[in-house]
Amino acid sequence: MATKNKSTIKPLRLGAGWKYAPAPESSASAQIQHQYELFIDGKWQPPKKGAYLESINPATEKKLYRAAVATEQDVDKAVAAAQKGFDKYWKKMSGKDRGKYIFRIARLMQEQARELSVMETLDGGKPIRESRDIDIPLACNHFFYYAGWADKLEYALPNRTAKPLGVAAQITPWNFPLLMAAWKLAPALATGNTVVLKPAETTSLTTLKLASIIQEADLPPGVVNILTGAGETGSALVRHPNINKIAFTGSTAVGKWIQQETAASTKKLTLELGGKAANIVFSDAPIDQAVEGVVNGIFFNQGHVCCAGSRLYVQESIASVFIQKLKDRMATLLVGDPMDKNTDIGAINSAAQLDKINQYIRLGKKEGAHHYESDARLPQKGFFCRPTLFTKVAQSSRLAQEEIFGPVLAILTFRTEDEVIEKANNTPYGLSAGVWTDKGSRIFNMSRRLKAGVVWANAYNLFDPASPFGGYKESGYGREGGWHGLYPYLTF
Amino acid sequence: MKKANDRIAVLKTYKLYIGGQFPRTESGRYYAALDAKGNKIANLCLASRKDCREAIGAARTALGNWSMRAAYNRGQILYRIAEMLESRKDQFIAELCAQGMSRSAARKETVGAIDRLIHYAGWCDKYQALFSTVNPVASNHYNFSVCEPMGVVVLFAPESPLLGLVSVLAPCIAGGNTAIVIAHQFKALCAISLAEVLNSSDVPVGVVNILTGNQAELMPWLAEHKDVNAIVQSQKDPSLLSDLRKKATGNLKRVIHWPVIDWHDTAVQSPYRITDLQEIKTTWHPIQQIAGSGSSY
Amino acid sequence: MSSIKPIRPALYSPSLLTAPPVDQTGVEERAARFTKRSIKGDSKMQGLLLTLSMIDLTTLEGKDTTGKVEQLCYKALHLHDAFEGLPTVAAICVYPSQVRTAKNALGGSAVKVASVATAFPAGQSSRSIKLSETRFAVEEGADEIDMVISRGAFLAGEYAFVFDEIAAIKEVCGQARLKVILETGELGSLDEVRKASQLAIAAGADFIKTSTGKIQPAATLPVTLVMLETIRDHYYKTGNRVGMKPAGGISTSKLALHYLVMLNETLGPDWMHPHWFRFGASSLANNVLMQIAKEKEGCYQAPHYFSVD
Repeated sequence: MATKNKSTIKPLRLGAGWKYAPAPESSASAQIQHQYELFIDGKWQPPKKGAYLESINPATEKKLYRAAVATEQDVDKAVAAAQKGFDKYWKKMSGKDRGKYIFRIARLMQEQARELSVMETLDGGKPIRESRDIDIPLACNHFFYYAGWADKLEYALPNRTAKPLGVAAQITPWNFPLLMAAWKLAPALATGNTVVLKPAETTSLTTLKLASIIQEADLPPGVVNILTGAGETGSALVRHPNINKIAFTGSTAVGKWIQQETAASTKKLTLELGGKAANIVFSDAPIDQAVEGVVNGIFFNQGHVCCAGSRLYVQESIASVFIQKLKDRMATLLVGDPMDKNTDIGAINSAAQLDKINQYIRLGKKEGAHHYESDARLPQKGFFCRPTLFTKVAQSSRLAQEEIFGPVLAILTFRTEDEVIEKANNTPYGLSAGVWTDKGSRIFNMSRRLKAGVVWANAYNLFDPASPFGGYKESGYGREGGWHGLYPYLTF
Repeated sequence: MKKANDRIAVLKTYKLYIGGQFPRTESGRYYAALDAKGNKIANLCLASRKDCREAIGAARTALGNWSMRAAYNRGQILYRIAEMLESRKDQFIAELCAQGMSRSAARKETVGAIDRLIHYAGWCDKYQALFSTVNPVASNHYNFSVCEPMGVVVLFAPESPLLGLVSVLAPCIAGGNTAIVIAHQFKALCAISLAEVLNSSDVPVGVVNILTGNQAELMPWLAEHKDVNAIVQSQKDPSLLSDLRKKATGNLKRVIHWPVIDWHDTAVQSPYRITDLQEIKTTWHPIQQIAGSGSSY
Repeated sequence: MSSIKPIRPALYSPSLLTAPPVDQTGVEERAARFTKRSIKGDSKMQGLLLTLSMIDLTTLEGKDTTGKVEQLCYKALHLHDAFEGLPTVAAICVYPSQVRTAKNALGGSAVKVASVATAFPAGQSSRSIKLSETRFAVEEGADEIDMVISRGAFLAGEYAFVFDEIAAIKEVCGQARLKVILETGELGSLDEVRKASQLAIAAGADFIKTSTGKIQPAATLPVTLVMLETIRDHYYKTGNRVGMKPAGGISTSKLALHYLVMLNETLGPDWMHPHWFRFGASSLANNVLMQIAKEKEGCYQAPHYFSVD
């Protein structure tokens, strides 16, 4: 690669040598039903209007299962069941007993972790390595963490008596289906609320499996209700007069609509929305770990991550070698069958999402940025996208401003700390940021100045049930996880 | 009618308070402040959307410095405001009386406001310790969450002319936010007098900006302004919130409702008022794992 | 492939040490990722055979004798004659006194003789003794010299001293390839490993090697990764390759395959060759043989079916 620097960088031939034979995880462990009903009042119930939606495996485009579409009447029924579950059981139960039910859910999930992992990968297209090592264990841990809070709420709010809100409506996205269900359900249940939860229509499978685990855990009827369906089901749920709380994770546009829609109500609202995070690499950074962090920041889960480090700011003095290292690392990323244990980048979640990503790639080229993608071979069937980066991206280009939600990295350079702070904050979003530097005092300065709810310093895309997550600005409000994650479900 | 030997009183001109200056409204509009009997006491500026814009700009400029100040220093400045208010107590009592309050109520309102400032002055360097956390994550990382001010906050002041106003302002600036206060239209005299107190209390320029005028008229401009981070509505009427929330969705500014009935009730003063205007920021950093070989210390 | 480079008097300069900092947690996370690769079927067999061919079969004991070394050399050439198509190991690694014996026993085969030198393992001797020991090993016929750096001097910040010592040994090596042992278990942190690697490469190392095998911890995936990354940076800058030898503690085929995955994804196919990568090990070979047998026969193996030398 020729650069302005006096020495040229000798490229490696990564990705060209030893190939790993396919190592597919068996799908035998997943008992997938042909059809799923709605989970209301502790029972599986068919939808009133009898409509179902097909869900496909995005890696093969083959039909996987069909799930009921809940309409207004079903929403009504579920909210009534949740209200009854709240008044009759959950509100009256001691925190200790509530906690024991939630612990039970965590344990049952752990026991069935492999099946959940396989389901998650078949349904959503994410690599089995990620569902097995990240999504599912974290989801279990989340229940385990919040279970322990249930009998300790008198310590949660200093000098205040915490009370549950009542019925919570929760809507989860398609990028981390079970993990997001856990993020929503665990704190709601621990704080004594009952729930009506709607998973995304393309990825309902693990949430439905979770419903059967909840049934197996013998939770009182109506405490958790799961309604499948698309946007209309979600809006019926949001509009329902008898809910006290809405927790939504998804796009900023829908989040804004929910705020509009609930403006006149007393429903407590938390929103976890989009992002366009800056991942900032200073010249004194631990370079090789930073490369890894940048790769993990944008290519984790095919880039379908609201906190993805989609804008890389690299200090100009190291830009050429850093970008070379990034390209070399990209050459080793294996794209393909999500069920293969060696796959690093699985399938894009849906045809529509792939289309959107490709539109942005075309846009980036049109805007004059330099396009680079790895030469990974893509499967014939299914929705796939090579890991992609753009160099010479301008701050004012749409590629640097809009959330793509795919494996596409926009690279910008900077000269000074002051400059990069301004550029990093130069976005309506504020979910997360990354900083790579060896200098402690700079880390603290950056961490204070970056307007983002999560700052990863010399790290990226880490999650933990004990760690609060949530955004500034148009990335939403409220926190999920940790002690701070209790607050959105409590009143005093 | 003036009697022969009476001194001609010098009437006070009430202006706006923006960026440490006391300008008149750019619109040239005004309205009358009336006493209990409906007699005019003074003219007040009827602030315009452009005044709002100026005030927001001033608050944004002031934010960096104010939010980064030592919490201790913010506490001292809040205490200083209380001191200055104490020394001008009589002025405020007189002003409150002029607006129709009984002398005893006016006195209670004023000392309540002073005490409230002192309460929040003390919180400035303490709420962080109560509401920040060190989170025990499972990986080799140090993880902590801290409170950070939301930023530029619009405060729709309640009817309580001094105590109510101070009760919404103090937690806002104690937490490092900068404020645009829209005084209650008909109880606005004290707000501008308070601006004079603030201006001589080491409060940096632009940290507090006070406008008088019609809250309802200004609300849409403020709610839709994209450089405002949060809005506090302290009127009891919940119907005021609906429109505010809708208009605030443009940049998802945080809308906070403090529907207080009795501002004298000490239950309304709490660090939760401060944290209502704070974001939580979580930072991760790796921890190197090196110990003496085989040791567990 | 030839490793002959013009012998040049390498000069120390502080600017040689420009290593970026290393974040231990990040290195460990990356290293752990390599262990998640699932190596099956043909890839596995390919990896196992490559592993065998990369082994520096080692005996470094006070009680080493001619008999022991001769047996080991036979093993080097005949890993398990029951199976056809097995490679030989890359080298036999011995003390200088056993170089002649090994050289004779290996005859004209391609298996190299590597000799440790420079007051191995502690390196606590004078420059002249280290030089003459190296000269002796080379004269005895060593193809490769595994020297140790002066860790004491390195940790005391005497980088020029350490550098000059490596450069001086390199000069004495002549045609023999020089492996520089950093003894990473004594360096205290990955930052120091990075620095020592850079110093050794700049001073003329053909290989950098983790450990003597006499100090714990010896080779680990994270330490090796940091060294591979130093080699990569050198290659980016100069286009010159440097070899890597993790040594000590790599005794299972599974772990060896993790190392190969790491090599494959850090430096790529050009290093996937015994000329550029070695395992310093004594018991690894048999464990790999057991895995090969398992792949061939389909059942799990017992150690007593494979010769112990």
